[in-house]
Amino acid sequence: MSAQQSPAEPAVIGVPADAADAAAEPVSLSVDGLPSTGTPRQTPPPALAGNTRGEGPSGAPVVIRATGVGKKFVSYHRRATSLKELFVRRGQASGDDFWALRDIDVEIGRGQTVGLAGANGSGKSTLLKVLAGILRPTNGEVSVTGRIASLLELGAGFNGELSGRDNVYLNASLLGLSRREIDRMFDSIVDFAELPHKIDNEVKHYSSGQYVRLGFAVAVHVDPDVLLVDEVLAVGDEAFQKKCLAKIDEFRAEGRTILFVTHSLDLIEGMCDRILVLESGSLIFDGAPGIGTRLLRQRLGSLPTNGPVPHEYASVRPISVVFAPDPGRPPQVQFDPGEKLTLSITLDVAEDAPDRLYLHVYVLGQDDLPIWLMETPSGGVPGTPGTLTVDFTVPKLPELFGAFATSVHVSDAATGDVITRRRFDDLFGISGSQPGGLLKVDYEARTRT
Amino acid sequence: MSNLIDERSAPAAQPDRQDPALRAPEPRTLERRSRAQTRVRWELLRNLIRKDLKVKYKGSTLGFAWSLANPLLLLAVYTLVFQVIMKSGVPRFGVYLMSGLLIWNAFSASVSAACGSVVFNANLVKKVRFPLPVLPLSAVGFALVHFVLQLFVLFVVVAALGYSFVGPGLFLLVPAFAVVMIFTVALSMLVSALNVRYRDTEHLLEVALLAWFWVNPIVYPVGLIRKVLHEWTWVYFLNPMATVTATFQRAIYKAPYVNPANGQTILADPGYLFYLEHLAIAGAISLALLWFGVHVFRRLQADFAEDL
Ligand SMILES: Nc1ncnc2c1ncn2[C@@H]1O[C@H](COP(=O)(O)OP(=O)(O)OP(=O)(O)O)[C@@H](O)[C@H]1O
Ligand SMILES: [Mg+2]
Repeated sequence: MSAQQSPAEPAVIGVPADAADAAAEPVSLSVDGLPSTGTPRQTPPPALAGNTRGEGPSGAPVVIRATGVGKKFVSYHRRATSLKELFVRRGQASGDDFWALRDIDVEIGRGQTVGLAGANGSGKSTLLKVLAGILRPTNGEVSVTGRIASLLELGAGFNGELSGRDNVYLNASLLGLSRREIDRMFDSIVDFAELPHKIDNEVKHYSSGQYVRLGFAVAVHVDPDVLLVDEVLAVGDEAFQKKCLAKIDEFRAEGRTILFVTHSLDLIEGMCDRILVLESGSLIFDGAPGIGTRLLRQRLGSLPTNGPVPHEYASVRPISVVFAPDPGRPPQVQFDPGEKLTLSITLDVAEDAPDRLYLHVYVLGQDDLPIWLMETPSGGVPGTPGTLTVDFTVPKLPELFGAFATSVHVSDAATGDVITRRRFDDLFGISGSQPGGLLKVDYEARTRT
Repeated sequence: MSNLIDERSAPAAQPDRQDPALRAPEPRTLERRSRAQTRVRWELLRNLIRKDLKVKYKGSTLGFAWSLANPLLLLAVYTLVFQVIMKSGVPRFGVYLMSGLLIWNAFSASVSAACGSVVFNANLVKKVRFPLPVLPLSAVGFALVHFVLQLFVLFVVVAALGYSFVGPGLFLLVPAFAVVMIFTVALSMLVSALNVRYRDTEHLLEVALLAWFWVNPIVYPVGLIRKVLHEWTWVYFLNPMATVTATFQRAIYKAPYVNPANGQTILADPGYLFYLEHLAIAGAISLALLWFGVHVFRRLQADFAEDL
């Protein structure tokens, strides 16, 4: 191992400045203390803020790099699964392709310990497999520097009929160790697994904990530079879990890079420099563990969702607002009083959004003074996942003069809970004929005689 | 063949331990490292074969002895049926049969075991990254171990029966063995990869092997084919296994060339040159198939974990 690897301090890559500060004080930040309607939120979401240089901010070289990685699973109906089909009936499409990962951009610097979290089926294991080179990404590229050990399943490849000893040799040789290396480490492996009395017994008679111990012991002796771990620490008794965590800590101290999947968010808060949160295959958060776990808890419903979420992370994200005379017409920014105005709000609706959404749209004047409010009809609009555009049409603009912005509030139509708010900076102007002021008011001027 | 046991073509995790950008390894180091890696892969292959043997014959030396003795039993039965009871046909038919049958069995067992090897090890393929070609290759290796031992047993028994098999003809075994190895590996790689996506490959292969057996001069003598095909006999020998089995017969069975009972030729040719020429053709066909098989395997292996 080279010099630059050992003392590398835990680097924080791709964490935006505010998030990095918050790492120390996890419970403060902007998740709750929502940016009010008046504060424009123009900073890109942290997931996009990852640096593109070859090094992290602290100078640690990047060892895992994924650029634009997507993984599509082709549904079996669409593809020939027998030679007969291949020749007789070719590629009749039915069923859907499924994107398990979408456009993942991640760089992990040497020495980082990164937690990967997300709901069941969000693509965590798929991402690890892609990084481990077991699955080929459909899009994008992956590069990993150094020897990888992937613990996707402990004791994968153990054969129950063989003794522990034989399985250690076989498993280690699958993981890429030479016979001489295994000879040298054998005792240490057995000691770590605490199974010296059982090592010559058949593995099928091991308890599941013993099985896992042996698997873990082999895997950590592979001497990896990069360790990819998938939820394997959950098994084993407490003592062994502690031992595993101690081993991972040791790896950390040695400057190895660790990416591990776990559903224990406490573990991530305790051990990781950084968290990646996946949702439906997209990376929705990349940054400080304190914030990420809080966000995830909220998304998973284990935190009360009272209080809106910043719009970048919400299940319904207002993404744009467009002004045009009629829906679908080319946008324009200048309108005359009496003209028709259609304000089109486009929302990105995630899978976990409520069934019906209720929208408030404030048109804001100078100093964010609300000028008028438009709402969706009572009952709201259906929150079908995907992009949703809602058009608010004003048939005749009033006699106003000025530039106007909008603020969109999304709430759950059933419960009335606010999901998110976003103020758009896009402006449109109404050029009323009055020489000054906002509103044209009929008046008379008369001198009292 | 070391390049066969190659890494998956998927996103390459570079095997080197240092960051290449920071420290470009010297060519010497690279070479040593790649040699070390090749050695590790051969060790893996050996470990897998040993595992299969251990699992199959665990705690039963008898089982192993039985699988070696199996061909001897066949030898006894065929000798009895064709020589004592039917009293016709090829002299010393048992020896004739065994000299072709052993290699055919090795081939057929390799290819069918290899065919299911990737699917059978699905859990491994989905969870561990390792050079996948070791799976079909270990199936071939497993059959090879049996073949070598069975051949040895055959030699011993044939010698014990007072039949002299030693002679310069035995050298034909070397090229014939090389050709059959290439051909077996080639076909094994091909079918094991295809079987992952097209699961009926296994069944088709089973039927194909049954039929294929009969287009080799194993049970019947080559003379029978000559009688039917005349100057088109060369087409028959385009099948590499036909050439290989004929060569094995020439090497082990040796004589007589012509059946004294009916004047039909038993061996394909009394000399050596015929076999060397045909082995060259079979070798060329096998190499082409090897290229194709490896190519297909490389193409498909990146998707194994997904298809399984
Ligand atoms: N080989 C496959 N073919 C088709 N779909 C797949 C395949 N592998 C995974 N998927 C799908 O991809 C999605 C992501 O799966 P993945 O195993 O990565 O989830 P996960 O985040 O690890 O979940 P968990 O927390 O339950 O482990 C799931 O919807 C799963 O059904
Ligand atoms: Mg998983």
